[in-house]
Amino acid sequence: MRSPVDLWVYLSTSPLIWLTLTVCTWIAASELSVRLKRNPLVNPVLTSVIFLSAVMTVFHIPYEKFFAGAQFVHFLLGPATVAIAVPLYLQWDEVKRVLAPIGVALAVGSVAAVLSVVVLGTLVGLPREMMISFLPKSATAGVAMAISSSLGGNPSLTAVLVILTGIIGALIVTPLMNRMGIRDYAARGFAVGLTSHGIGTARAYDVDPTAGLFAGIAMALNALATSLIVPIAARLLLGA
Amino acid sequence: MLRGIAALLLFQLLGESLVFLTKLPVPGPVVGLVLLFLALQLGRRTGRAPFPQVEGAAGALLSNLGLLFVPAGVGIVSLWGVLQSQLGPIAVVLIASAAFTLAVTVWTFIAARRFFDGKWGS
Repeated sequence: MRSPVDLWVYLSTSPLIWLTLTVCTWIAASELSVRLKRNPLVNPVLTSVIFLSAVMTVFHIPYEKFFAGAQFVHFLLGPATVAIAVPLYLQWDEVKRVLAPIGVALAVGSVAAVLSVVVLGTLVGLPREMMISFLPKSATAGVAMAISSSLGGNPSLTAVLVILTGIIGALIVTPLMNRMGIRDYAARGFAVGLTSHGIGTARAYDVDPTAGLFAGIAMALNALATSLIVPIAARLLLGA
Repeated sequence: MLRGIAALLLFQLLGESLVFLTKLPVPGPVVGLVLLFLALQLGRRTGRAPFPQVEGAAGALLSNLGLLFVPAGVGIVSLWGVLQSQLGPIAVVLIASAAFTLAVTVWTFIAARRFFDGKWGS
């Protein structure tokens, strides 16, 4: 009979335990979020990342070992990006009716997301090499990481910044929009989907179905817009 | 379901291949997104659904989109050294940029909607 310590040594080297832990943590985090009436402070992405990071730190598990298992989930970011075509196609009639405002808001918003990083980053003295990894932060993770690595940024850093941007947007959107006195839920949803991609879209669906629909549309379109704007911005403004 | 997943993978593969061949400055999955959208629209025009199972597969992935962010998010542990040295500036840029983008986008959307509604009288 082997000891439980042997079992732990055996399991902790296999990808299976980290994949299982990632999926189960996500299910528990989603359940917690539903129980607490989808309070943005218990955003399931946030709580999952905090819990898993704590486990990695306490048990001294290197990230590479964790990622060997979690990569099977991570890989799905690519197909999930392609999958955005489906809601866009299903809701195309709705999109077509407000195509002009969507186009204008997309052009202005996606440029604002990128330019504000350059301006603010310069003001607070953010290192230039870090700025490249910041630029695509409003695009969905799969797209943002691809943009970052193609420009010589750090895709892991970009992923963390994308997720933080998602959580920040989901947290501040409702109080900010209420303070601005905006009751147009299509506009509110579009703004949070453009700023905070999938995490913002999930938040928008929690608040209002119309907001969710427009958030999803904004997320899809901004994935496209960001991948066009960031290489230009990097070349013109950062000389990358 | 399996055919739906196959369609998503196939369009990602098409997108990645096209980007590799043409050196387009756009990520492969984004090109896959555009191609799938065009294929679905074309299917509607010609009166048949080219990928009947793709809706189920896409719905399953997108309804758990948050899960897919988690593995990359845990990378914050190994990047903690880099992040810690710039914690203040990073927080300022992330929060201010998100608030600015939200405000500018919502305002533009509403102003543009008013402008076009007035112009076309709809």
